[in-house]
Amino acid sequence: MLDYDVKYLRYKTFLNTYCPHCNNSFNVKKDNKELLVFKAKFKKQDIDILMSPYLDVFEIEASVFLEEGYELSDLICPHCHKSLVTNERKCEECNTKVAKLIITAYSKLLPFYICLKHGCEWHGLTKADERRIKLKIPRQEMPEQDQKLRIHNFIEVPYGLTTELALLEAGRCLQCKNPKCVEGCPVNIDIPEFIKLICEEKFDEAAKKIKERNVLPAVCGRVCPQEDQCEKLCVLGIRDKPVAIGNLERFVVDYERKMDLVKIPIIKSKTNKRIAVVGSGPGGITVAADLTLLGYSVTIFEALHQPGGVLVYGIPEFRLPKSIVNFEIDYLKRLGCKIELNQVIGNIHTIDELLKNFDAVYIGVGAGLPWFMNIPGENLCNVFSANEYLTRINLMKAYKFPEYDTPIPVGDKVAVVGGGNVAMDCARNALRTGAKEVTIVYRRSRIEMPARNEEIHHAEEEGVKFKLLTNPVVYIGNDQNWIKGMECVRMKLGEPDDSGRRRPVIIKDSNFYQECDIVIVAIGNGPNPIIFDSTPDLKRNKWGYIEVNPETMETSKEFVYAGGDIVTGSATVILAMGAGRTAANAIHEKLSGY
Amino acid sequence: MFEIILKQEMAKSTIVRFDIKAPKIAAKIKPGQFVIIRVNETGERIPLTVADVDSFSGSITIIFQVVGKSTALMRSLNAGDFFKDVVGPLGKAAHIEKLGTVIVVGGGTGIAILHHITKAMKQVGNYIIGIIGAREKGMLILEEEMKSLCDEMIITTDDGSYGQQGFVTQPLEKYLNERHDIKEVYAIGPIIMMKNVSNLTKKFGIKTMVSLNPIMVDGTGMCGCCRVTIGNKTKFCCVDGPDFEAIDIDFDELEKRNSMYIKEEKDALLFSIK
Repeated sequence: MLDYDVKYLRYKTFLNTYCPHCNNSFNVKKDNKELLVFKAKFKKQDIDILMSPYLDVFEIEASVFLEEGYELSDLICPHCHKSLVTNERKCEECNTKVAKLIITAYSKLLPFYICLKHGCEWHGLTKADERRIKLKIPRQEMPEQDQKLRIHNFIEVPYGLTTELALLEAGRCLQCKNPKCVEGCPVNIDIPEFIKLICEEKFDEAAKKIKERNVLPAVCGRVCPQEDQCEKLCVLGIRDKPVAIGNLERFVVDYERKMDLVKIPIIKSKTNKRIAVVGSGPGGITVAADLTLLGYSVTIFEALHQPGGVLVYGIPEFRLPKSIVNFEIDYLKRLGCKIELNQVIGNIHTIDELLKNFDAVYIGVGAGLPWFMNIPGENLCNVFSANEYLTRINLMKAYKFPEYDTPIPVGDKVAVVGGGNVAMDCARNALRTGAKEVTIVYRRSRIEMPARNEEIHHAEEEGVKFKLLTNPVVYIGNDQNWIKGMECVRMKLGEPDDSGRRRPVIIKDSNFYQECDIVIVAIGNGPNPIIFDSTPDLKRNKWGYIEVNPETMETSKEFVYAGGDIVTGSATVILAMGAGRTAANAIHEKLSGY
Repeated sequence: MFEIILKQEMAKSTIVRFDIKAPKIAAKIKPGQFVIIRVNETGERIPLTVADVDSFSGSITIIFQVVGKSTALMRSLNAGDFFKDVVGPLGKAAHIEKLGTVIVVGGGTGIAILHHITKAMKQVGNYIIGIIGAREKGMLILEEEMKSLCDEMIITTDDGSYGQQGFVTQPLEKYLNERHDIKEVYAIGPIIMMKNVSNLTKKFGIKTMVSLNPIMVDGTGMCGCCRVTIGNKTKFCCVDGPDFEAIDIDFDELEKRNSMYIKEEKDALLFSIK
């Protein structure tokens, strides 16, 4: 996994330097400080020069005062008194004479050049050199919990990068002038910049850089589909694997949190404007954080007893530990944002009532009404929606039953219908609650599966079986109304449909019986009706989601904004955050009047 | 945190009444709607339809039967104690309008919910015939309260220890046979009672409303745990109900679904005793 035999020099690499003539070392240790000692000629004077032995650290001490921009006329080895100046190359930045040393790095001897102009930071390794060197570092894999072990616990599966791995991985970044990765990020994090800060071992600054654009980096580093966003556009990905941007993001914010370096920014100017945010999921959190930082007084209304939305009820513990979500929520509270729990907006306050007390309202309630297939037997005992199954386990902590009061059904043969991330989450949860056999039943083929590759891979590793091109048609119960099996049909792929994926078509007379004692239906969610019942003038599209102006996220009601799944239908955490960011900017523009 | 301001044990301590201080909810909640209560950090979310509201003191009344660990835990609380979470109002409000003569039928703890609806029915000027029943005299709740709301009232007990002997359906059938001005029947109680009332009124073609009590988790339409089959269609009790027209409800399925966690309920009780 680790390839140490690479010519890779990162920032602050300690250099062992030698004279090319007498092979004596220039390195000395003085008062616990590592130094390089040279003799030199400056304005025909013999002088002594001390330099830092760390790559790209330009600290120079001389026995006379050296002004920036002045050239040394010679650099001399203190041992053999021979000139180190060479005619092989010239400084590629200022065309001055250069001195040649020999350095060792990873047990290799390499020529290394120093420009004689004081203040020039050229060192002889060209961008092309660096690029060639960096390409040779393979993408660093994140250490993971063993697959046999992890199906018996709810501890997070990937452990995160170590500092060493993170530095190696960060060193792969080419620092493109026109970074494509930033375009791929829905919230436009300055990716090359934060990676550069990692290279410089300024992890806390890197975390701050990310937080300028993303309020939930610890969450996004774990659950963002980077392979379809930033990493998809990484230039390295053309001939090699892309930089593991997501893993690096996760590394720096985890570092920041574990080292207790999180600082609460001081909000400079406060306005007297009030914002109501409905729903404390990723979108709501983004809006709330952005507007709080701009000085608004923000109140979040959450229907459940715990803030976080899908981050707490949906995404499992082993993929996103709840302690991290709680930490992020806590950060939001410390920023000064109010969170009111147990408030079902639409019932306790209508949107119109909120508008009386607040200057703007953001609706980020998600798509929280599970779809079923409307086939016979769907209401048998032990047929669940993915939402129910996950809510029981995650929000209600049913996996700790009976310590926690909410029970979770345990079955031997679990069938999960659907091919998204949620289906993978259900399947992997089922394994962890003791199921002997878990099968994913999906009507298209593996390529069309909407789940992240990583999730499918993890599920496969853990022993989840896949029955692809298969769809249930009837659920069959026993005499006590409990599910005992289902009748499925085989499918084949036909013409592409609206989503661009090939439409599955039933193969005639291919019905077969599959035994199971739990079925989890994970085929997506529709819009929840509660808000619409009390706000009939909120315009909705043909699927029932809220219609918004895509540039401002404003709805048909003035001062009411919406974003996330309630606008787009089931999507990702980061897209909801992107929508939240857009809405926050639009709200600020509208309320501040420019 | 929500303070319990009054506790009253009824029906040989198998039924408990709590008045909970929740001014915001009290100001909004309508008859037929429910709240979800979580006692403490490890607790379940327990859906309970509200039995009464006191908007003056800002409190809501809940009345529940002690059946398992969570309800036993609730019973152990006293006035002055707090619930961790109370969320509401949830569900759709009962449809209340002046119809003329209405029969309200209640059984067991169902009388508690019925009481709130009856009160509203009475306020809009309906003539109300009440039929309430219990297993035995000691198990009957809210008798006085119902009496004060109903223009006529009949009490039944299964063992004949009080009122008429038998089930609520017997006097109901008598009324339906004798009176022809009955516009609606509202029946709330055990599933089997609601099923029998529904079967009976179907014969007479009288609109019948029931309030269902399936197992719920979030109670906001998110999980679909509470789905019931009504005329081949699946409805979510928490957002479409909890009050439904009784005709075509698959009561048997509801009964089975409600008994899904009997084993776990026992385990939880045993665990808590240990």
